[in-house]
Amino acid sequence: MRRFSTRSFPLQTVFTLSVLVAAFALPRPLSASLGGDATSVESDRAKMQASLQTTNKDRYTVHEMHSPNNVTVREFVSPAGKVFGVAWQGPTRPDMQQLLGSYFDQFIQAAHTQKSQTKSRGPISINEPGLVVHSSGHQRYFVGQAYIPQMLPANVQAQEIQ
Amino acid sequence: MIRPLSARLANSLLLPALACTLLFSGCGGGASTSTTTSGGSGSGGSGASGANVVSVAVNAGPSNFGTDLLYASVTICVPGSTSQCQTIDGLQVDTGSSGLRILASALTLPLTQQMDSSGNTIAECEEFADGETWGPVQVADVSFGTEKAASLPIQIIGSTAANVATPPASCSNLGPIEDDLNSLEANGILGVGNFIQDCGEACAISSNQNAGLYYTCPTTGCVVTAEAVNNQVTNPVAFFATDNNGVILQLPSLSAPAATLSGSMIFGIGTESNNALSGQTVYTLDPNTGNISTTFKGTTYTDAAFLDSGSNGIYFLDATTTGMPVCTDLNFLYCPTATQNFSATNIGANGATASFNFSIGNGDTLTNNTDSAIPILGGPNPQTIDWGLPFFFGRNVYVAINGKTAGSATGPYWAY
Repeated sequence: MRRFSTRSFPLQTVFTLSVLVAAFALPRPLSASLGGDATSVESDRAKMQASLQTTNKDRYTVHEMHSPNNVTVREFVSPAGKVFGVAWQGPTRPDMQQLLGSYFDQFIQAAHTQKSQTKSRGPISINEPGLVVHSSGHQRYFVGQAYIPQMLPANVQAQEIQ
Repeated sequence: MIRPLSARLANSLLLPALACTLLFSGCGGGASTSTTTSGGSGSGGSGASGANVVSVAVNAGPSNFGTDLLYASVTICVPGSTSQCQTIDGLQVDTGSSGLRILASALTLPLTQQMDSSGNTIAECEEFADGETWGPVQVADVSFGTEKAASLPIQIIGSTAANVATPPASCSNLGPIEDDLNSLEANGILGVGNFIQDCGEACAISSNQNAGLYYTCPTTGCVVTAEAVNNQVTNPVAFFATDNNGVILQLPSLSAPAATLSGSMIFGIGTESNNALSGQTVYTLDPNTGNISTTFKGTTYTDAAFLDSGSNGIYFLDATTTGMPVCTDLNFLYCPTATQNFSATNIGANGATASFNFSIGNGDTLTNNTDSAIPILGGPNPQTIDWGLPFFFGRNVYVAINGKTAGSATGPYWAY
């Protein structure tokens, strides 16, 4: 499964525990998503004014958010309660500072480094020891993933973060 | 979604070789690119002529050392003026976006600033795969020889004008800001993609459904605003009086890396004697995503592939899927020890399908010299297939605009 269309979500059918969370105020932790606690999912959802659907998988939980302007974000939470990966798709990118949290500055720095190595335009592809980010697409279609390799639960493949 | 799609493999619809006129000309005046092809091994495909043709070239570009970046030039004038004009070269030709965007540092004209009803500056945060361009929306007369887009809304990037000099956090939080020659690799971006506006209805909605690209900028700071479709930054081709339904990019094939590569951009499809749609396969796009599908190694990547002259390589899938390692240092490129040959099948939303071959070489070696035109550059792009500029080498690629009849088909489509 590769994408979450703005029109129809290819839902994993097994282990589906869908909970549409109303927009009541949960405590908003300062630590944002990637690498943060599962509770940070709610701050992302609130920021996106998104609906939230939670799906329990074998080795992790997927929190899928869909914003009113058709941006979809999935956050992958390990059994230890940490957000080890995020993925996005939509006509625009989500707020990456919110989504990557403390990793945002590293993302920006690494993106600049990529450009300085060769004069390129196209997808961003960052493979650093503590952070992987792929940002792709074109006008009206953006897609990407970010994860922390060390935090992937056992037997989880990076390709699953999408 | 990956759907193994077995029943739908190409019936080897070989693309008819296109008869190309070999007249090489300065191409219709106006766009005064003064690039020259020195050496190289380009052949076929290029050399159109006519009032609806401008020259384009892959070269080092204004940022020097550009790789697989296609440039053109344009003449812009203060709206209504024939004397306050400027020709700007080094604009990247981008079929992956729509709209003209020019670096403020390359602009000497006082263009007309677009304002909202309260007299506040309108600005935009436009997103690309690798970052955002921020700056005010201004209006210019834009021409390529005799093809003219009057009073066209364009974006000025990196402006130092009041209230818009610094991108708001809601823009810079989306990724790297591209506001100068180093980050943009060009004096601007000439978006001649498949849509009329860069955003469309999604930016005109007055609610939290708004895509959020356009801003109004009072002294208290820029905030997202609804922008009427007709005021949005627009594909200049769509504003032409004629030849306004799309473009054809013609670039010669290249058997080995070369310093430069020259070709043509033809305006209009099926509107003149030099731009007929005949014999090419038409791949219509998903009108929401602007994508097609591609089958590679038996897996179909549905609605996840696109042709993009603005990407400087063929960026596709990952090391495991392609069997190629990424480079050690340049880990955004593939680094096979020997050039790898592949085939893939593109599938339009209309079901049109045809297979083709392509090759990927060693990114370290290929970029370790001063060649600007590299036919076999590629890199990873998980779950997505970006047919970047090397795909355009040796092809005439038709880019038809959404909703416009172009030859025997209606946009949005690609044909080649």
